[in-house]
Amino acid sequence: MSAHSVEAIKQTSARLRGTLLESLANPVTGALADDDQTLIKYHGSYQQDDRDIRDERRRQKLEPAYSFMIRTRTPGGVVTPAQWLKLDAIATTWAERGLRITTRQAFQFHGVIKGELKSTMRSINAALIDTLAACGDVNRNVVVAANPHVSRAHALVHAQAAALSEHLLPNTRAYYEIWLDEEKLAGSGEEVEPIYGATYLPRKFKIGFAIPPHNDIDVFAQDLGFIAVIVDGDLHGYNVSVGGGMGASHGDPETYPRIGNVIGFIAPGQVTAIAEAVITTQRDWGNRVVRKRARLKYTIDDRGLDVFKAEVERRAGFALQTSRPLEFVHNGDRFGWLQGDDGRWHLTLRIIAGRVWDRDGSRHLSGLREIARVLLDVAGDAISTPEFRMTANQNLVIANVPDAQRARIDALVTHYRLDDYRTATPTRLNAIACVALPTCGLAMAEAERYLPDFIAAFESLLDRHGLREQPINLRISGCPNGCSRPYLGEIALVGKAPGRYNLMLGADHRGQRLNALYRENIDEAAILAALDPLLARYAGERTRDEYFGDFLLRAGVIAANVKIKSRALPIEVLP
Amino acid sequence: MLARLTDGLDVAALHWLSGYAAGLASQQLRGVRALQSVPLSEAPLADADSPARLTIVFGSQTGNARRIAERLAHAAEAAGLAVRLLRADAYPTRELRNERHLVIVISTQGDGDPPDDARGLVDFIAGKRAPQLPELHYAVLGLGDSSYPQFCAIGRKLDERLAELGATRWIARGDADLDIDGIATPWLDAALVAAKESLKPQAPLATVTPLRPLTATTSAWARDNPFAAELLVNQRISGRGSEKDIRHFELSLEGSGLHYEPGDALGVWPINPPKLVDAVLAALDLDGERVVNHDGQGLPLRQWLGEKRELTRLSRPFVASHATHARNDALDRLLAPDNADAFARLLAANQVIDLLRAYPGTWSGEELVAALRPLAPRLYSLASSQKEVGDEAHLTAAHVEYDVDGIASDDSRRWGAASHFLARAVEGEKLPVFIERNERFRLPKDASRDIIMIGPGTGVAPFRGFVQERKAIGANGRNWLFFGNQHARSDFLYQLEWQDALKRGKLHRLDLAFSRDGLREAGSALGKTYVQHRLLERGAEVHAWIENGAHLYVCGAIAMGKDVHAAMIDIIAGHGGKSIDDAGDYLNELQAQGRYARDVY
Repeated sequence: MSAHSVEAIKQTSARLRGTLLESLANPVTGALADDDQTLIKYHGSYQQDDRDIRDERRRQKLEPAYSFMIRTRTPGGVVTPAQWLKLDAIATTWAERGLRITTRQAFQFHGVIKGELKSTMRSINAALIDTLAACGDVNRNVVVAANPHVSRAHALVHAQAAALSEHLLPNTRAYYEIWLDEEKLAGSGEEVEPIYGATYLPRKFKIGFAIPPHNDIDVFAQDLGFIAVIVDGDLHGYNVSVGGGMGASHGDPETYPRIGNVIGFIAPGQVTAIAEAVITTQRDWGNRVVRKRARLKYTIDDRGLDVFKAEVERRAGFALQTSRPLEFVHNGDRFGWLQGDDGRWHLTLRIIAGRVWDRDGSRHLSGLREIARVLLDVAGDAISTPEFRMTANQNLVIANVPDAQRARIDALVTHYRLDDYRTATPTRLNAIACVALPTCGLAMAEAERYLPDFIAAFESLLDRHGLREQPINLRISGCPNGCSRPYLGEIALVGKAPGRYNLMLGADHRGQRLNALYRENIDEAAILAALDPLLARYAGERTRDEYFGDFLLRAGVIAANVKIKSRALPIEVLP
Repeated sequence: MLARLTDGLDVAALHWLSGYAAGLASQQLRGVRALQSVPLSEAPLADADSPARLTIVFGSQTGNARRIAERLAHAAEAAGLAVRLLRADAYPTRELRNERHLVIVISTQGDGDPPDDARGLVDFIAGKRAPQLPELHYAVLGLGDSSYPQFCAIGRKLDERLAELGATRWIARGDADLDIDGIATPWLDAALVAAKESLKPQAPLATVTPLRPLTATTSAWARDNPFAAELLVNQRISGRGSEKDIRHFELSLEGSGLHYEPGDALGVWPINPPKLVDAVLAALDLDGERVVNHDGQGLPLRQWLGEKRELTRLSRPFVASHATHARNDALDRLLAPDNADAFARLLAANQVIDLLRAYPGTWSGEELVAALRPLAPRLYSLASSQKEVGDEAHLTAAHVEYDVDGIASDDSRRWGAASHFLARAVEGEKLPVFIERNERFRLPKDASRDIIMIGPGTGVAPFRGFVQERKAIGANGRNWLFFGNQHARSDFLYQLEWQDALKRGKLHRLDLAFSRDGLREAGSALGKTYVQHRLLERGAEVHAWIENGAHLYVCGAIAMGKDVHAAMIDIIAGHGGKSIDDAGDYLNELQAQGRYARDVY
């Protein structure tokens, strides 16, 4: 990577242009120039290489097998059937590993080579989707609760989320010049960025909109969370939470995951003002010297929550009201068919690790293509047109299906074996994993590719203790960055080295309590050996309806064994 | 030099040496130079009444014709005759009218083309400026490959033309096929006899025993006595997903005394794949263990087929022979003169085993050994400079492996003999090799000259050596490489090394053409991009470099060489304001000056 600091790269980049055009045109390498590798993130792409064959390539006197990951900006994870078909075609033509649904309700394409990067970006844009600001030190994809039971209010929330995502886009025209060949207007290279300023944010920024009682987006893992307050189907406003964030470095106590703090309540019309106030405060106060301490969570811990809140209110021009009661029951998805209050149906399908492809016996890509074609023909008004919605748990909701189409959809789901949700154990249904190998450059261990095998081994343990039907929240991350929100897992594996993980235990099932380090740097056999007695105790000692994570806390397993790494305190459930 | 010369000579030899040197001195007084392969462009014209001497001129692409010519020269000189031996491009054409005894040994390439070093001489003799030659006695030995329709065309052309110009055909022309010695040996004997009759031998100064050659290596290893080189590295360098299997080989020359220059080739004596030998024996129901005697040598048939005979390449003589064994009408028809195209296709698409299976016939072991061509070594352009790699020889070779009919089955796998021999060799194994010099493909002596290298695919091999050498000697001249292949991701041979060379300023320009990339892009109706397209794109600068004295090198497939040549003509015509004809002449002139060299195969 570059010898320049990220701040210096942003500074000299002419608003995120750098030397991208030259880098893209250089045929001698499939990589970008060092600084451009940082800048392309703001355009929604990461440079990667196939780590499985790194050594083989070197011996063949070839450079690493470079390729690019592209991530879409899709607020709330919503695409139309027509868009789905275009994305499918793009994945089939230009990418290598199907479509990947992320933990932030976005699509990722992997394996796009540099020479075809522009064509792929153009194709995505032709589907009326962009990739702007999907990565980089800016506001990322805005997540929204995926499966509404309150249809009209959900539509309002989604609309606000989409509007906020647009509002927070960088002003630079770099994206349009580089990928879409749009002409350079006056001021090109020096566009005014009223929200971000010339060097954008100190680090990534994540916003989420939750609709209680379901916390499928893990709102307390977001930098800024809006928790809808809906009464009798009407959106009254939002409880605002700040300072959540996954992400840590192994063995570095200066870095840690954090749960967001609820700081008050706002009316719907105040969303933009509060978002701008929080973001500009972070822009100005965030640590630009020590990058590992740059996230909002550290800014709040450094300055103090009250001080931070006061500044936000000052910039917004109003005070937040007292927070309203809130309650979450679960942070997983609800699978199968559910009906909204408008009569339309929503089918949540289980897609393990969000990977949609026709490989290894799976024909999910073909199956969803067929479903999309069916839905293309279904008429609907603006509120309830059929949609595909990605969930923050890497699953897929086929939304707004009229009653008359249910049978047809079901038949396709069965035919293409998309119906795992019917038979999988709760643990298998809810487990999530980040991409990790072979494409992620930061991965220390396998995650996505390991998930099915670990689940199988873990289910054997569950069977042994009669716990097969108990939902236990399991998450695997290839590294401590925490893209699969591992610190909120009742059981989490955080990769440390090939085949070795830190075992974290004891979060709750609502996304309101972090877990703690239980064992460090152990392999699968040791992980299973550590879990076995705990599951035995759980089976024998649990109270009625008690979840595994809660049990571990009550039984003193967590506090008794190891030092607590996380600094956040559990949130009280307000009356 | 004197020390090397006299090293190891005993008293008798030293006395002999003084006599020999005296003889050389008296020859020099008469203005005649003895056995040296040097250009004589400044040599004075021979006196009209100087004693007769034999001029032997050779035109050679891969070294065979040169070797034959050298044999004759040695033999003639040993017989006490005055001899001069010249490469065709070193022969001063203005001396032709004064020539009295001329032997030409010349090969024919591909579709009836002369070797590169003989283009000028052939054009001169065939052209309008050729003088009448009533006083010339000449003899022509042609080398060629009867699998091509224009077999030995150049030899024939010269033989007939010289007769047209009034010269006397001294001995009948010889046309040697791939089994060179079969024709060449008796022809050389006849030529020597004729030469001894016509040119009174000088009083022998001594029994002339050839001294150790001064300019060649001090190594005893050569084509017919190969060195067993240890294989150090057998590394595939085409990435996964490539349609080709390209290998990088490193062999040890330690202890051999062998030296090579960038541009030289390594000759490899292959052994046929054992499975192929088995298949041939099975097809003919022959016992591989039975000893077969041929030409005074008795070996098990399996060993003949494995080590001494060509099994992977068909030739017309063998097909014709097999036709008599198979008695098959269809095969006979294919051999008919008017079926040349179909026959060429048969040769290209089939190996010996395919012919034996398609047209069954009976052969005895003796017949088979007699009819199959002797196994020939294959030459690979060396991909290294000894100034960088020391006692190692590096190669870049495509492993030729395919299925006949394109369908894989137990019986359908076919290989290139030497490339498969190399590809299946394991590190530590010893392989029989020799150095084949290629003086026509050399870096400029002046290291401040720029060089332009065009080497797609495995043609890039010598240029790896060129850049290594120029780096080692600290050359000032700039290096420009044009490389092409199918896919950038998997076929960019030595990518890391070129990237490093660019970074260090050891390679100054690199232009790339990956013919199967970008075909999904909009505008791909333009079709595949090859190195000649890149050349044309860079035409102005290429032309400027050449005007500035740059040397141009092309290495790789024959067809590519033709396309590149055509592109160069366009460039010189377009940017040099010349007509196409003049541009062609300009290129020929560059070639004659040694500034345009080709190593195509």
